[in-house]
Amino acid sequence: MPDVAHTPVIGLEVHVQLLTRTKIFCGCVNRFNPDEPNTQTCPVCLGLPGALPVMNREAFRLSLITAAALECELARFTKWDRKQYYYPDLPKGYQISQYDLPFSEHGALEVTTESGESRRIRIRRVHLEEDAGKNLHDESGRGADSRVDLNRAGTPLLEIVTEPDVRSAAEAKSFLDELHLLLTYLCVSDCNMQEGSLRCDANVNLHLSTGAGDAIATPIVEVKNLNSFRGVEAAVEFEIARQLKEFHETGRKLGDPGVEKETRGWDAQRNVTFAQRGKEEASDYRYFPDPDLAPVTLTDEEIESIRAGLRELPAARRSRYRNDLGLSEYDADVIVRQGERFADYFEETSGICGDAKQAANWVTQDVLREINDRGVEIGDLPVSSQALGALIGRIVDGTITVKSGRELFGLMLDESERNDEHSPDTIDRLIEERGLRIVNDSGALESAIAAAIAASPRAVEDFQAGKQQAIGPLIGKVMRDVKGADAKAVRTLLIEKLKEA
Amino acid sequence: MSSRLTDTGARDLLRLLETGEVSCVDVAAAHLDRIGAVDGAVEAFLSVDREQVLADAAEVDRKRQTGESLGRLAGLPVAIKDNICAAGAPATCASRMLEQFVSPYDAHVIGRLRAADAVLLGRTNLDEFAMGSSCESSAFQPTRNPWDAERSPGGSSGGSAAAVCAGMAPLALGSDTGGSIRQPASFCGVVGMKPTYGRVSRYGLVAFASSLDQIGPFARGVEDAALLLEIIAGHDPRDTTSVDQPVPSYLDTLDEPLKGLRIGVVPEHFGEGLDSDVETRVQDAIDVYRSLGAEIREVSLPHSKYCVAVYYIVAPSEASSNLARYDGVHYGFRAAEYDGLIDMYAATRGAGFGDEVKRRIMLGTYALSSGYYDAYYVKALKVRRLIRQDFDAAFQEVDVIAGPVTPAPAFRIGELIDDPLAMYLNDIYTISANLAGVPGISLPCGFTSSELPVGLQLMAAPFEEERLLRAARMYEREADVPIRRPPLGMLPGGSV
Repeated sequence: MPDVAHTPVIGLEVHVQLLTRTKIFCGCVNRFNPDEPNTQTCPVCLGLPGALPVMNREAFRLSLITAAALECELARFTKWDRKQYYYPDLPKGYQISQYDLPFSEHGALEVTTESGESRRIRIRRVHLEEDAGKNLHDESGRGADSRVDLNRAGTPLLEIVTEPDVRSAAEAKSFLDELHLLLTYLCVSDCNMQEGSLRCDANVNLHLSTGAGDAIATPIVEVKNLNSFRGVEAAVEFEIARQLKEFHETGRKLGDPGVEKETRGWDAQRNVTFAQRGKEEASDYRYFPDPDLAPVTLTDEEIESIRAGLRELPAARRSRYRNDLGLSEYDADVIVRQGERFADYFEETSGICGDAKQAANWVTQDVLREINDRGVEIGDLPVSSQALGALIGRIVDGTITVKSGRELFGLMLDESERNDEHSPDTIDRLIEERGLRIVNDSGALESAIAAAIAASPRAVEDFQAGKQQAIGPLIGKVMRDVKGADAKAVRTLLIEKLKEA
Repeated sequence: MSSRLTDTGARDLLRLLETGEVSCVDVAAAHLDRIGAVDGAVEAFLSVDREQVLADAAEVDRKRQTGESLGRLAGLPVAIKDNICAAGAPATCASRMLEQFVSPYDAHVIGRLRAADAVLLGRTNLDEFAMGSSCESSAFQPTRNPWDAERSPGGSSGGSAAAVCAGMAPLALGSDTGGSIRQPASFCGVVGMKPTYGRVSRYGLVAFASSLDQIGPFARGVEDAALLLEIIAGHDPRDTTSVDQPVPSYLDTLDEPLKGLRIGVVPEHFGEGLDSDVETRVQDAIDVYRSLGAEIREVSLPHSKYCVAVYYIVAPSEASSNLARYDGVHYGFRAAEYDGLIDMYAATRGAGFGDEVKRRIMLGTYALSSGYYDAYYVKALKVRRLIRQDFDAAFQEVDVIAGPVTPAPAFRIGELIDDPLAMYLNDIYTISANLAGVPGISLPCGFTSSELPVGLQLMAAPFEEERLLRAARMYEREADVPIRRPPLGMLPGGSV
């Protein structure tokens, strides 16, 4: 078979658990709690006979916020449908979901690919549904009964479906990173993938062009069970290669008789996808409107108030940092990507010191390094944004050197493990205590230089004999005597004196 | 004393209890004894926890003695259809599937009864999961009609109707999806009412067809039915289909005759297939209204001829989904032997459900299947809307619609059980009220020549229960139908 150009065509389905206090259709607490199975349950989420669902308005509100942030159209009328299938983790024998009238459609999310290119990934729909419970299988191999934990059953779950606009594995990861960031900014989900609050399926195939002008494509594969962004990237990468190889070997293509959508799993240990479900088990979910739940209607005013209430989103922050604060694209992205609290910290620091670029340098280097080394959140860093802002302010206004600033920063970090947060006042106190103020008093410097020269005749001799490095110890002695002296100035003055001598 | 108490209606019992003439324990014991004496023959109850009933009654007596405030049904025994959940009690739904199931929670109506200090008397028989018109699809026993033990008490709430009829309970709760309260009330000669859809919370009623199910009262008179409805009606935030509308005091206005009452008569309800005795009794009842000055008008419900067809798409579709939860995984029956997960589902549901339930699950599954959904379910919903519009138009013209409850009086047990279609047609006059969501009541209007009770059905516009009850009471007072007790002495094992 001749070489063919291929374009990967990838669509993503992301499931996000919403951060509500209670479950979507009952009053049970919504909390990840695998250690005490079946304790966060009631007749409703257990699917007991006679129990009825009641929609959690907060879950619906968070869903609207998310869809609005994804630039979706919000429906004025939406309803609930039952998706029917049998599985032990599904206590009612159906999942309450949304079928033909989701609450939102037609959105988009702008992502920047690793090559720096900006791509708009369209969102086909976002709908709200209930999560299922969790089946727990005996992994000892002794074949004990499986168990079911329904703590998770009824957790509000947002399903976000993209159009097949993603063109590479890296782009899939970029989309998920950006979505993750957006959801975190919106405070609608904790997006904890280990705990399953964010899960992803990927639909992958290849559009091939053999040069003959014909449009052919490989069969569509849905890869399920992707529980990390790296996993999505690796699985898509693997599928692209596998589908290309399979096409070369078999020539099977979309639309051929007997070719249907295939579901494959992802084996994260072996880094391969594997065939999961045969078409003979393809389900008819028999969707129909849930007669227990009234449809939800929204007025134009309610839709407007959701849009108006949206907080600043990551993309808007990035552009504000670039355009208003003059940060580089790189710095802006690093700061925004750390999350809203980190970005707020940066903005407070910048506001206090009055120099956004300096503030950006400090937070992206010193602060970021510290929180990473300590493995803490920005809020747990002992140095407050007020203290750091004051510190940078003293560098900017020439009171202390950058080196002294770093020394102070270190001191505050160490001290603060014993003390409370630093107030801006303590910065000035520390500068004085440590004698870090840049000394412009030439009298004090001159006498210290004279003293150093007098105390080290050998070094003076060596320097005058042409050994440039002999000046080092002299500078050191002056610097020790005069805290806050500017090393450059000391060197210049010393050379002058030595030449005079 | 004891037999007098079981012949006494709810309101009169309350008066006796309030004056202290009898204690709650007396009342409870009298009904328990009555159950002991006649239920061997009637088989209306699936379970009665005698100790618990007496303990609950004693507690109400204690409260009365210590002067604690008491609810409006204090000490009154109420029988409960076995598909309404009460904490600590079985809710078998007359199915093997839930034979061992004990509800951990109270239905909304049970909470209301407890708050009113009613005494929950026992659990009454029904067609399995309320699917049927005869109580014959009960997995446990076929309840018998107290008027003729060879005949069915109707269904699905046949146990509740028979219990009230035979003096085993002054009041009972049933549920009505296509006539399941009104048809057995008519067969047993008692009052049974299906309120407006949304008037009574369905929370805790084991769902058969969610968009049609409604809980309602059984009593031996309109007044008592009004009293029980007043207790159970009202908004419940746990059922989003329950409507937040105030509940008027039905009893306050019950005895005020309606001036200028306009009664609608639907010609289609008096056509082919209507038993002549039933027709005569119903026409007599309409004449009673005429004599009271009511205006009788013909109204048309042109789409009512599609009622049975629409119902047997909508109800089984919802049922097929509502009953999916009985899969042997979480609670209820599980087959003893199976090979793997799929087989466990199949074996459990195959053995746990009876034929009628399986028939309806299959009908519903088919109607909702991809490729058939539009042709059946969607089309049925469209016709349902037309039926509702017929009622809206009719109630512009008249205040209540009067007619027969069923085409014929109680049929013999076994007569229709092998002919599902004939059985389904028994609900031909009652189904439309469920499809349209309007309230309907069945009240006794005499007997056939073979001494079987005949029921008069009245229907009103949504949330017009007050008018409906007043209209029913007008007839009850004027017709002065003598309260006749069924000849239970004739029942095998019965003794009065």
